[in-house]
Amino acid sequence: MVYENPDGVMIGLEIHVQLNKLNTKMFCGCSTQYHNAGPNTHVCPVCLGLPGSLPVINKRAVEYAIRIGLALNCDIVEQTQFHRKNYYYPDLPKGFQTTQYDFPIASGGKVVIEGEDGEHVVRITRAHMEEDPGRLMHIGSIEKSKGTLIDYNRSGMGLIEIVSEPDMRSPKEARRFLDKLRNIMEYLDVFDSDLEGAMKVDANVSIMGGDRTEVKNISSHKGAERALLYEIMRQKNLLRRGGNVVMETRHFDEARGVTISMRTKEEEHDYRYFPEPDLVPMRVADWAPSIYEALPELPDAKRERFVSQYDMADMHAKALTSDIRVADFYELVAAVIDPRTAAAWVADVLKGELNYRDLNITSFTVDDIVEIIKLVVEGKITEKSGVQVIRTIMDEGGSPQDIVRQNGLLRVEDDIVTQAVSEVISENKDALSDYIAGKGKSLNYLVGQVMKKTNGRADARQAREMMLEAIDRINK
Amino acid sequence: MITKDEVEHVGWLARIEIDSADAEGYATKLNSVLEYFGQLDEVDTDGVAPTYHVADIMNVFRDDVVTDSLEQKDVLTNTDSEQDGYIKAPRIM
Repeated sequence: MVYENPDGVMIGLEIHVQLNKLNTKMFCGCSTQYHNAGPNTHVCPVCLGLPGSLPVINKRAVEYAIRIGLALNCDIVEQTQFHRKNYYYPDLPKGFQTTQYDFPIASGGKVVIEGEDGEHVVRITRAHMEEDPGRLMHIGSIEKSKGTLIDYNRSGMGLIEIVSEPDMRSPKEARRFLDKLRNIMEYLDVFDSDLEGAMKVDANVSIMGGDRTEVKNISSHKGAERALLYEIMRQKNLLRRGGNVVMETRHFDEARGVTISMRTKEEEHDYRYFPEPDLVPMRVADWAPSIYEALPELPDAKRERFVSQYDMADMHAKALTSDIRVADFYELVAAVIDPRTAAAWVADVLKGELNYRDLNITSFTVDDIVEIIKLVVEGKITEKSGVQVIRTIMDEGGSPQDIVRQNGLLRVEDDIVTQAVSEVISENKDALSDYIAGKGKSLNYLVGQVMKKTNGRADARQAREMMLEAIDRINK
Repeated sequence: MITKDEVEHVGWLARIEIDSADAEGYATKLNSVLEYFGQLDEVDTDGVAPTYHVADIMNVFRDDVVTDSLEQKDVLTNTDSEQDGYIKAPRIM
């Protein structure tokens, strides 16, 4: 099956990944741990752009940039330097952003995603280093704001901007690309996606017969999909009515789910890029081989290994490797439980229950899931009770043993079920003869009585089998 | 040649209001500066690699080690408009 892409949708993305696992900012020693601090408490003369201050490049930030470039299958540049991108906006205290221009640290890579019609390659144009601006808070909505509050704690945080070619053909592919990218970044241990402002996305989108627009202010993967769905619909309607899609920048209003035109008088040449005189050039290509050697196992490789090493279905391997924390969690479980059983419990049950509650894997412990799976495997509780224990831990807390005891989940012994079966048979002669006479439904009634006698603790399937065996014996 | 319109555009980029009556005069002055630097165009640079930095040094880095930041109150001494620890600016679009 080949995806036809009937509207000729072309989507390219620019993703800003904040290097929030660094200890310090890009060009100064201010700490990156400002997320729970008051405004303007993690700033210094460098990141405030005070006169006379001098930036110095964070060596580890450059290593991270190379690590990212290599993971995205890019070439690493021989020599590079920073540029000043000049524009006047209060989030930039210096009046310019320190960024890269003609020689990005990495270029010419690719990422394989699951596309509309199977594996799909998204080419990576470039990845370059730059600094994050400060944070602006508009008092009221952006359209009717009464003033703006500025917090420079974020100013000067290291960023990697990743630019893709317009290779995505639907909002769904864009979302999958973003998910994949986030996953790779977490495997690389260069950023924590849970922190505010960790990943920001701008999208370029066009359809057949129109120019492209740029949609800014997308802050989540779900938001990206919604913004693109809206923007494609807007462009289609415009063309259908005989209008033109003009090249412009649009702002995504997350609350209303629409994109709004932002008039801007600034164009590319207005940024007046020039080499940053306060920073000297870098020759770092010779770092690449050792950084490449030290790259961790990446999602695609881990997925393949899980399939071969643990003999699991590819579907399970995919679910388990789409988040490094889940993959690590699984491997700890698989070290003590049969790996295939562990895969089913972690990928299907645990992940499902976590997603339902919008929790991540860190809110469950390896010990608890191991204990629950053991109880099920040893036949002490039913699978259904196992799921119930997982839910109870998530919703109310507690240990598996206590929950099993307090809720009377221990599966009753076989002889109790046998006893119940013979009692039910002797007490329900009519239902029994109905069943023997061919009324299949009567069996359900009989099994139901067994469940009732055992207060539902018997395994229904087992009770049914034992009932059938007992009837067979009578019938002979 | 820099035109009066370009002077006004550059003024806008820097958010400096330029009186239309002054723009012509600025254009003339800027043009004389550009003309002076224009002498550099006469130099033959064929086969010369671009210079990105005047100092002939490379690879100056620092380690990823935290140093002290400023106190919030010291940061705010640079503004006369603040609110709850933030620097307050006029409405921005």
